[in-house]
Amino acid sequence: MTAAYERVQAARQKGRPTSMYYIQHIFTDFLEMHGDRRYADDAAVVGGIAMLGGMPVTVVGIEKGVDTDEKVRRNFGSAHPEGYRKALRLMLQAEKFGRPVVCLIDTSGAFCGIGAEERGQGLAIAENLMAMMGLSVPIISLVIGEGGSGGALALGVADRVWMLENAVYSVISPEGAASIVWKDAGKAAEASEALRLTATDLYGFGMVERVFPEADGDFAALCDTLRTAFTQEFEALRTLPVQAMVEQRYQKFRKIGGDAL
Amino acid sequence: MPLISKDLFKKPNNALEGGVDAQPPAAEERTVTCSECKAVLPLDVFKAQAHVCPRCGALHAMSARERILWLVDADSFQEMDAALLPQDRLGFPAYAGKLRKVQQESGEPEGVVTGTGMLDGMPCALFSMNPEFIMGSMGAVVGEKITRLFEYAAAQRLPVIGYIVSGGARIQEGMFSLMQMAKTSGAVLRHSQAGQLYIAVLTHPTTGGVVASFAMEADIILAEPKALIGFAGPRVIEQTMRQKLPEGFQRAEFIMEKGFVDRIVPRDAQRRELSQLLRAHRKEGLA
Ligand SMILES: [Zn+2]
Repeated sequence: MTAAYERVQAARQKGRPTSMYYIQHIFTDFLEMHGDRRYADDAAVVGGIAMLGGMPVTVVGIEKGVDTDEKVRRNFGSAHPEGYRKALRLMLQAEKFGRPVVCLIDTSGAFCGIGAEERGQGLAIAENLMAMMGLSVPIISLVIGEGGSGGALALGVADRVWMLENAVYSVISPEGAASIVWKDAGKAAEASEALRLTATDLYGFGMVERVFPEADGDFAALCDTLRTAFTQEFEALRTLPVQAMVEQRYQKFRKIGGDAL
Repeated sequence: MPLISKDLFKKPNNALEGGVDAQPPAAEERTVTCSECKAVLPLDVFKAQAHVCPRCGALHAMSARERILWLVDADSFQEMDAALLPQDRLGFPAYAGKLRKVQQESGEPEGVVTGTGMLDGMPCALFSMNPEFIMGSMGAVVGEKITRLFEYAAAQRLPVIGYIVSGGARIQEGMFSLMQMAKTSGAVLRHSQAGQLYIAVLTHPTTGGVVASFAMEADIILAEPKALIGFAGPRVIEQTMRQKLPEGFQRAEFIMEKGFVDRIVPRDAQRRELSQLLRAHRKEGLA
């Protein structure tokens, strides 16, 4: 067992808080908004308006569900295109009313199915990447559990990308990487190590600005810390002229993989 | 969920490319065999037809450089960033050796060729992906070259034509690969905000992280006949859904029927249509 694979297992651990827990414990007065106004309401993505102290914010999260019935209803946190389109709709609404956006990421990946393909899974993710890159309000994305590939990045183009200590964020699941690279899905532990998917790794790469210790499992205390962090960071981001903020957001991603060339 | 699927690249439509290079270098005697209908063709005929079988019409793979040279006016292509080399940033097992091998086999340093050229006398920026370079996967250098091209084209007020073929992310570069989706999307956005035209031509196969970024962000999206286009590869979907996929699922014709592609354009019409589209978007024409 490698240290990286322990993080993967911790991120997937049964009973680990999901997006709704953070929404309820960090914010007040959350009003959920349903649907993408195109096709359907995808329960794998929750979103709405809440108060962060005295500041109205738009919150969007990928929600895996807690008990079995809810997990099934939420497709285990694997969103369809309409989930990403709901997220985009709410982010554009936030932009209109000048509200900061919080994204909570916890997914093994975007759903790979017939309906998802027929309704443009690739396009839905691509549109979010482009729109978030240009959004004129501050965005903070927090990876709370699994950051699964493009389906996670679709909520991850942000001014600040933060991770919890035991969250992971990867281009592909360790099992997927193992089966493609080593033709053996059983080599997930080796793949976890090779992929460099831990919060510490990504902080080292400059892809993540902050890593939050999980306070020995005291998630209520963690939420207090996060509330303060979100508040302070949004206050700081709001002092920037919009153009400068959007430029910095672009440059942050722009640098990745281009620095040493 | 995998953003990359190896099986896509084992389709017979793509098999011929390797066969071309495998022929002994006996000059004018060289022939190729169509993997679809088994027709034996002189190599020069085959190349003159842009790798389309004259007997059965099968579209065979073209390398990134062949695509560009076939498309643009003679001697007009000027390559950019040709010296950017991939790096093994993660120290991923066996990656450095794999890169060396594929560089030798393909004769290319990375999975995309970028630059500027003229199409019927009209200037444009171009990128073209390499199907044979680790399955057209997007590593950091692929993302960087495409990003630089869009930035250059925005500054120089040039349209971009992109020939796309990709299995998606490059696993061996981990999150450096995934983040190229965000980076290229930002560059496409800025080029678009500068009022410039971007035309994507999706070829077989276009899947994974590339579909979920710059392949689907073009003003005009063209596709080659029968090209497989999708976020997830068919085998992954079959495993998820536990059912066989219907015939033609995710093929260009199906994707157009679902509303995600503007036009399907056979290879012999591509030059004409791209030229027509560039002409229709010429700014000086409005003066
Ligand atoms: Zn043939």
